[in-house]
Order: sequence, then structure tokens, then C-alpha cells
Amino acid sequence: MTEITLIQAVNRALHTAMKADPDVICLGEDIGVNGGVFRATEGLLKEFGEERVIDTPLNESGIVGTAIGMALYGLKPVAEIQFLDFIYPAFDQIVSELSKFRYRSGGQFPCHVVIRAPYGGGIKGGLYHSQSTEQLFTSIPGLKVVVPSTPADAKGLLLSAIFDPDPVIFLEPKRIYRTVTGEVPEGDVRVPLGSARVVREGSDVTVLAYGAMVPPVVQAAKTLDSDGIKTEVVDLRSLNPLDVETVLRSVEKTGRVVVAHEAPKFCGYGAELAALIAEKALYSLKAPILRITGYDTPFPYTLENLYLPSVDRIVRGIQRTLAAG
Amino acid sequence: MTAEADALRAPTTPEDVEVSPELLKQALSLMVLARVADERAINLQRQGRIGFYAPLEGQEAAQVGCGLALENRDWLCPAYRELAVALTRGIPLLAIFHQLYGNSKDLSRGRQMPNHYGFRDHRFVSPSSPIGTQIAQAVGLALASRYKGEKVVSVAFFGDGATSSNDFHSGLNFAGVYRAPVVFFCQNNQWAISLPRERQTRSETLAIKAQAYGFPGVQVDGNDFGAVYRAVRQARHRALEGQGPTLIEAVTYRMGPHSTSDDPRRYRSSEELARWKERDPIERLKNDLLHRHLLTETEFEQLQEAHRQEVQRIIKEAEATPPPEPVSLFEDVCAVPTGYLAEERQEFEELLRQGVLKP
Repeated sequence: MTEITLIQAVNRALHTAMKADPDVICLGEDIGVNGGVFRATEGLLKEFGEERVIDTPLNESGIVGTAIGMALYGLKPVAEIQFLDFIYPAFDQIVSELSKFRYRSGGQFPCHVVIRAPYGGGIKGGLYHSQSTEQLFTSIPGLKVVVPSTPADAKGLLLSAIFDPDPVIFLEPKRIYRTVTGEVPEGDVRVPLGSARVVREGSDVTVLAYGAMVPPVVQAAKTLDSDGIKTEVVDLRSLNPLDVETVLRSVEKTGRVVVAHEAPKFCGYGAELAALIAEKALYSLKAPILRITGYDTPFPYTLENLYLPSVDRIVRGIQRTLAAG
Repeated sequence: MTAEADALRAPTTPEDVEVSPELLKQALSLMVLARVADERAINLQRQGRIGFYAPLEGQEAAQVGCGLALENRDWLCPAYRELAVALTRGIPLLAIFHQLYGNSKDLSRGRQMPNHYGFRDHRFVSPSSPIGTQIAQAVGLALASRYKGEKVVSVAFFGDGATSSNDFHSGLNFAGVYRAPVVFFCQNNQWAISLPRERQTRSETLAIKAQAYGFPGVQVDGNDFGAVYRAVRQARHRALEGQGPTLIEAVTYRMGPHSTSDDPRRYRSSEELARWKERDPIERLKNDLLHRHLLTETEFEQLQEAHRQEVQRIIKEAEATPPPEPVSLFEDVCAVPTGYLAEERQEFEELLRQGVLKP
């Protein structure tokens, strides 16, 4: 096996799924001839034709609405939203329609659409090419929300998402599209949704992270090794459904929790994790839960590196948590 | 004007489509059934026996004309006022009343407000309340049927208000670009709750909007069953011949309130209503049939009475059907329950057992 990038892994997953099942259709802006602005769909048009790799007009609500119709008919559409920041015109289709079709029809109309969207900062994208708004989707019953952090997970989780019976929001950490490489199994090898991955074991503190925050968290953990601090890192991979068992097991083992995400702190995904741990594992805690997050400001342009949780900030956060108890 | 532009304006001549006496009689029967059911449903809400209702009175010819012009294999994306369309599909009125009551035999399991019924087996898609979303979905269904090589059209139903919605633009634009086998059926009933048609758009007509998307828009008298039937047959034919979508504006009138929560006296005159009552689609079809000796007054009264009795029987049965099981609340969120659902359900059942929650 050769090492490939995360974006190449996304491409491999799409290719594998489309080859395995003629009902898999891709649609989105610039995904055909151009292969997607990040090249996620490169080569697919040539191999599968324009009936299955559909360049759409510039209209996200139309993309998701069309994908919903295709899914109602029995196809397995994979819609690309060019940047998560541009998904809001489709919010009505996602929140009012996609997430509720199965429930509102008493199970008559399941609607499995995958929506892929690059998310997050660190690419000098300013306000509208950088946001992490996963919590807007994790709070909607009926939607699954998945965020890979490695090439193998990107492929395995995307394959699971495409063949899942429910709608999945698949968030791709664009900052590490090309900076993270790894070995990826050939063929249709899936990673189940709803299972977290313990990236490294440790006994002093648990850091919960996902997507583009995983590499800096791992780096911070390595830095702290030399101080004798043993940091366990859990990559959640799937935000909804959440692997509650793995999270609680780790918390009960270490007794200290740091949550890291790019999104703002207030009502961010870390709030759910902190509440869950408070409800289920409060008496295992030796120190207060700490959230290291993006600040509660809109996403900045020039100062983005100061906004995003850095390795140094994470190191400092872990040290403080240990000092607290 | 080029030949191509000309072709965009008029699909083919409506006279090509035959409207037989049998079809007219079938249509009249369905229209009367819809009217009777509609009147009863309004009364049920007024009596507090169902929670809500959105009537279609006045739009029967538009709905039955469209519904009968389609085939059962066609996919329908209705809004929440399409009772008569549902009846043309052979959807049992009892199934519809089960939904109005939200009882345990409601196929949508009491999950939606009355009127929001969907029937998978009849390709009648579960509707929502947000306006216009189904327009874009119909295009997806149409592209899927074409991809599968199936001779099926998809039809989106919406009103004059929806032509202002985001997804009217999304849907019509996508359909035009892909020449999708879809029919956009707009019932211009003149009022979107309190706002008249003139306040939705400065466009001369709603049909004319299709031109900008590159396909024909036709305006028909929505209270004339035959005119609607012909226009939809033509549009369906065009779609299956690969000629792309059609927008049909059926000009009609919502004789009742927007819903049981609305009082139209606040925004429109009784004179206006009286003018449109003179164009009542049922009276019109009935008179046509009487005039052609295809129907007698006695037969019409018998038809009405038969439908009244049927509706009465159906209401009795729907009303006697118990509500859904409380735990069904937790089902159908996902294919397999995820997240906190199992735990919440367990706690819910515990609260029921303890009598803290009372069904």
C-alpha cells in the first residue's frame, strides 16, 4: 500500500462506491470537468459520465433538493457543497426535509443523501471559507454527522455514509486535505459510523477532538510526553451518533478531560461532550473539564492562526487541567 | 420570433387530447367526493374533533384535472392542499382521514399536522409545511427516473405564493438546464393567506416565468376540468418525449380560508367570493353534463348523497381508531435508533409506568 492524502482518499471512496453501485450519483458545483475545486471528484466524470457526475447550477438548495428527490426514487446521491460556509441556502432542504422525511412519513420515505462539505479554517479563507458549524447539524434529529481526520478514515467513513440508510453530513477537514497522508486499504473497506478511535493511549488526561484538530492535539500530546504527562487522544470521527462508550471509558480512566474544536465555544459541540460527561462520569473527574476552541467571534482572516486552537494553546490547556487536580 | 422560441410558447394543440364522457363523469364524482370530504373536515375542526384543516374548496377541477391526466407510475410532490389529487390516485379516503385524526392507522403515525399525508405505494410524497421545497425535489425524482430509463414524469404541486419561494427558482432552473421530465403544476388560487396574487409578483402572469427558464409556461382556466386535463396531458407527453419541463398555471380560487386558523373576511371582499362562486368548478362540470344529457339532477343528488354517506362512515371509523402507541414517538428517526434515543425511550417508558406521563 502506498500513502495517499486525505483528499485522494475521498476520491477513492467515491470511485469505489460508484463502481460498486450504479445508483451512486455525484452532484455539485464544478465537480465534473473541473473535478471539484479541491479535486475530490477528479477523474470521475471521465469514468462514469455526465449522467452520474452532474455539474449543477450555482444553487445549494437546488443541489440538496434535487439530491433528496433522487434518494426518494431509490438512488444514492452524494452532493458536494463547495464549502460548508455556502450550505445555508440549503438549510431548509436539510433541516425541514432531508432530516425529517423518514420520521414525518412514518418510515415510508427514507431519504439517504450524503452531503460532503469541506469545513474549517487554516487556509486563509476568511469568514466565508473557514467556518466550523457542525453543531448546527448535530442538533438536528435524523441527521448523522461525520468528520474524518485520516485518509483511511476518510475513505472508510465515506463508504459507510454512502451505503447508510440515513442522511449523512460528511465534513471534510480541508486544512489537512493534503498535509496528512497515510495508508488506505484497497476496495470497499468501511469504517462504521458511530465509533470513535483512540489515537494514542494515556492515563493522565483525555483529549477529545475531531477532524483538523486531531493532528495538533496529537502533536501537543507528544510534546507533553517529555514532561511525563501521558495524554490519551480520542478522535470522535462521528459526532452523531457519538460513541458514548469510548468517550466515557477514557474519561473514567484518566479523570481529566480537555475538548478541542475549531468552532466557537458557546453552544459548540464541546458543550454536549461536557454535559454528557457531567451527567455520566462526574465522580470520575479530578479536575474541571476544559474546552479549547475557536473564540466566540466570527472567523477572522488575518488573525486566523491566533483564533484557531494551536499546539501551544492545547499544551497549555492540558498543563492547566493537570495542575487543577 | 424564431421557430424554437415559438415552440417554447405552445407545446401542441390541446384539442389533440380526448376528453370522453366517461372521464367527465369520473371527474365529477371525484370532485364531489373531495367537496363533501372537505366540508366535513372543516366541521370536524370547528367541533374540535381534529386539530387543523386546510380546505381546497374551489380548486377541485384543477386538482382532479391534473391528477386524472397522470399515470399511477408518475411521482407526485404535493403541497398540503391536494386532497382531490390524492383521490385521483386511488388513495383511500379512509387513509386520509386516519391522517387527519393522526391515529394509529395513520401511515405517517401521527407525526404531522392534518393535510400533510404521504403514501409511498401511490408515489404521493410526504409533504411539509415550508413553501416550495417540493419543487426542487420533483426535479430530482425526474432526473432519477430518466437515469433509470423509466417512462415516468414527476409533478410538483404548489400555489401562487410558492412562485416567490427560493425553491421555485431552484427547481425551475435545474429542470430547464437538464430538460428534466417534470411538470410544475401551479394552482393560482389568488391568495397566499392574506396576500393577493398581485403582491407576489409584478409578472403579468405566473406562467410567463417559465420563459426565463427556457421552457413553456401555459395558463389555463383552472376551474375547467377539460382545459386542465388537456394541458397536463400535453405537458406529460412533452416530458416523456424528451422535450423537457412545462409550467402550468391553473387559474382558480380558494373559496374557503387558507386554513381553519384563518379568517379571509379580514382581507378580501364578499363580492369577490360571490363572483368566483359563480364559476364554481363543480357547478360548471355538472351543468355541462346536464346540458349534454350525460347526467340528470336526480343522478347528481344521488351521487352527492352516496358520497356523504361514505364520508360519514369513514369519519366514524377514523374517529374510533385509537391514537398511536406512545413509544412510537421514538421510532423512524433513523433506520436504527442512535445516540440517546434508546436511553430516552427507556426513561419515557418508566415515566409512563409511574404515571408521571399520561397518554
